[in-house]
Amino acid sequence: MCRLFALTSKEPVSPMEAIKALDVMKEGHDGSGVGILLRDLGGPFEEMKDAPILSGIFTEEGIRKLDFFMMEQGFMTKYKMSIKVPKIKMEGIPKRGLYLLRAYEYPESWDSLDQKELTTRLMMTRLKIREMGEEKEDMIVFSFWPDTIIIKELGDPLEIGRYLGLDRKDLKARTIMVQGRQNTNYAINLYACHPFFIKGYSTMTNGENTAFIPIRDFLSSRGFPGYTGYQSDSEVFTHILHYTMSGLGLGLDSYKHVMTPLQDKDLESHPDAVFLKHLKKSCRQLIIDGPNCVIGTLPDNTMFMAQDRKKLRPGVVGGRAGMFAFSSEICGLDAVIPDRDKSKDIQPMHLDTVIVGPDRQEIKICRQTEPLNLPL
Amino acid sequence: MSSNRTIKPSSLSLSDLPWQIDWKKDRCTLCGQCTAVCPVQAIELSVFRKRNIAAINPSSLLNSSEERSLSQFETYYGIKQKTTIEEACIGCAMCSMVCPNDAIAPHRNQETDRYRFHINQDGEPRKRGGRRNSTNSLLDRIKFIRISMLTDPALDAGRHEFELRTLLGRILPPKENMARLRNNGWIPPVREIYPLIIGGMSFGALSPTMWEGLQMGIAYLNEQLGMPVRMSTGEGGCPPRLLRSRFLKYVILQIASGYFGWDEIIHAIPYMKEDPCAIEIKYGQGAKPGDGGLLMWHKVNKLIAAIRGVPQGVSLPSPPTHQTQYSIEESVAKMIISMSMAWGFRVPVYPKISASSTSLAVLNNLTRNDYASGLVIDGEDGGTGAAYSVSMDHMGHPIASCIRDNYLNLVRLGKQNELPIFAGGGIGKNGNLAANAAALIMLGASGVQIGKYVMQAAAGCIGTETDRCNMCNTGVCPKGITSQDPRLYRRLDPEDVAQRIVDLFVSFDIELKKIVAPLGRSTSLPIGMSDALGIDDYQVAQRLNIKYVV
Repeated sequence: MCRLFALTSKEPVSPMEAIKALDVMKEGHDGSGVGILLRDLGGPFEEMKDAPILSGIFTEEGIRKLDFFMMEQGFMTKYKMSIKVPKIKMEGIPKRGLYLLRAYEYPESWDSLDQKELTTRLMMTRLKIREMGEEKEDMIVFSFWPDTIIIKELGDPLEIGRYLGLDRKDLKARTIMVQGRQNTNYAINLYACHPFFIKGYSTMTNGENTAFIPIRDFLSSRGFPGYTGYQSDSEVFTHILHYTMSGLGLGLDSYKHVMTPLQDKDLESHPDAVFLKHLKKSCRQLIIDGPNCVIGTLPDNTMFMAQDRKKLRPGVVGGRAGMFAFSSEICGLDAVIPDRDKSKDIQPMHLDTVIVGPDRQEIKICRQTEPLNLPL
Repeated sequence: MSSNRTIKPSSLSLSDLPWQIDWKKDRCTLCGQCTAVCPVQAIELSVFRKRNIAAINPSSLLNSSEERSLSQFETYYGIKQKTTIEEACIGCAMCSMVCPNDAIAPHRNQETDRYRFHINQDGEPRKRGGRRNSTNSLLDRIKFIRISMLTDPALDAGRHEFELRTLLGRILPPKENMARLRNNGWIPPVREIYPLIIGGMSFGALSPTMWEGLQMGIAYLNEQLGMPVRMSTGEGGCPPRLLRSRFLKYVILQIASGYFGWDEIIHAIPYMKEDPCAIEIKYGQGAKPGDGGLLMWHKVNKLIAAIRGVPQGVSLPSPPTHQTQYSIEESVAKMIISMSMAWGFRVPVYPKISASSTSLAVLNNLTRNDYASGLVIDGEDGGTGAAYSVSMDHMGHPIASCIRDNYLNLVRLGKQNELPIFAGGGIGKNGNLAANAAALIMLGASGVQIGKYVMQAAAGCIGTETDRCNMCNTGVCPKGITSQDPRLYRRLDPEDVAQRIVDLFVSFDIELKKIVAPLGRSTSLPIGMSDALGIDDYQVAQRLNIKYVV
């Protein structure tokens, strides 16, 4: 089972803080990889919140292809952060080309676009780069989105952090998600590493998703080009979140109603019974069945944790005003926020979605039996 | 016959028959039970003459007063098997069942019988009931291979909560559903039902006691055990009292090309306390694709005639097509909407068709019709009360690939959750009901229909796919399941049938959980979870898009 850790902090912090938590939870992952999502960035990226940042790994040939493609689109490099890798190869970490973190200026022709069209084009650009790199595996792209960095690599999380020099002063963020992998694939594909990201929505999960195939089939037949990939059965959790909130226009409190709907008896007594019964039927193919703990962030940097219907995975949320952490285990939480009131730690149960808003002041618990904030 | 007389072409000997009666003289008490029970009068009490030749006893020669005799004749009574075509033994073994002394039993002829070349007397091909005579089952070969072992605590079939119901009805896409909810628009009716449905077996094809037993069992499952089991009426109408009772909600009313019983149903609409579960429009049947329903005259008694609105004692062959329609497209457009309208658009209406290479065309039509609530596809192994043997044995399409093709087509259209497909035909034909049902569900079916299995498990039908009995068509069912003769159907106690129906569904439910729990599924029916399936045949695996395992 993988280990998850997420941090939401009023002040920007180094990703190494979160990686430290993964390290103390090492018993629960085999060091076969780490995925890092950084949002609400500090450092130099703070000054360019609207500029889309491309995160990925490119070979020299890949970079040339990328530059040519981006120029052709009209994108101009605004800022780039170079990750210098030591010359000595680390055991267990493959040798790659360039870990790219590069902010772009939008093409001038995009100036007149509304937000919806703009974000769609950003997603399509990411998909195009991914497609271009698929044949020769010379371009791997994790995200292309404003104020967002994603890094993924195979190996032990702490060693990768040091190897890539992630403790540098200019790399800080207020929203951080990291996942330490317990490898369950035979060959590890970087695209299978969590966290997954689509249009500002991101999630990471542990546990397997036994209902993966029907969910994948449902999502990929929605006619939405971003619902693709699926090298990992966990990617669908991100897409279900996006579908629920962006596709259906529902709130975060509906996410669990889509994935883990209430059983009939509880539905009957719910204040929004009629709506929820319809939602359960029409989204039936999105019901997850695995033992899963999902940690995610929304475009506004709200962070949440949700459990499967039977609550078969560990998960704890705690912290203090200004800094909260979401962790697979309490020891991870202790490592990063030792000076918190532990009596206020929360382990969400099968009906709960635990939410910390972008103000990072308090933990809210949303139970599935409560009334919904409906757009009706 | 004598050896010096002409032999008719259809004169058969015992050795030519498919079944031979083994009668044990030393055990028989000549009680007559077997000859009385035999549904086809294949056996009769007969007088046998036997000649005993004795060797001469030398001592008796000395005693000259005794008459010397080498040959003696004796006569005795016994059971004789007839060899006429119409009285050939069908292997039902009712004689064994009633014999108090185990003195009699039919045995299958190990040779290929000659009888099969002659069951077309007067140019009338063989008709029978039952299923395609083949015990092969592709479904039996499908294994569930994706057992959660690594990252999962295994689910507990006995203790965890399970939600294994399915939906029957047109489900709108999520956005459209929300929009209509917001604007008080029409949302098609959807029933939440148990995924194992009792398929259409008509009142008429089945005896009154069998039908009553089924209804009682279903009522018990629904009202005492909370299992929303539904049953299709088949094409024979519905008893008037049931139409006017609250139990109608457990019934799927079937309309087929003969429209039998629909006069009664239409007139009962104003008096209905509950809406029926759904309306099934039968366009085809897996056992005899392209052929209409058939109730032979033997079974059309006063009661059946009254319910169906026909004269007594005439055969009732339904036409192969709905005579008022020109095409399936028109049927879809008109018949589905007419039926929906009859119940105020509150009742799901869906067609049932035979599995066929043309099923996809029907499905594509349905996807464009908002009023179509689903599709039932009946495969070649489906059962029937009466059909031409040639149709049953040689016509039709296997269910597995048909369901798979149709489901994958829906996935391509993005409508896999909108139009549920139900599978029928040969599910559990070798007894593996839950495994077969689960395999079809994971191939893409929303549920399955069973008929023959119900007769076998709930009423003791002894028909097999090696052509045992299969006399449902002539009303001589020795178990009273498909007979309209009170002397036969009183053998069947409706209460016992109801009890067995409950046994069947409860045990199925446990087995289904025993299949889905190790796969890590419990909170929804694993429709289309094809990654769980494997088979040891590469070509089949390719065809069904499942894993090849050896």
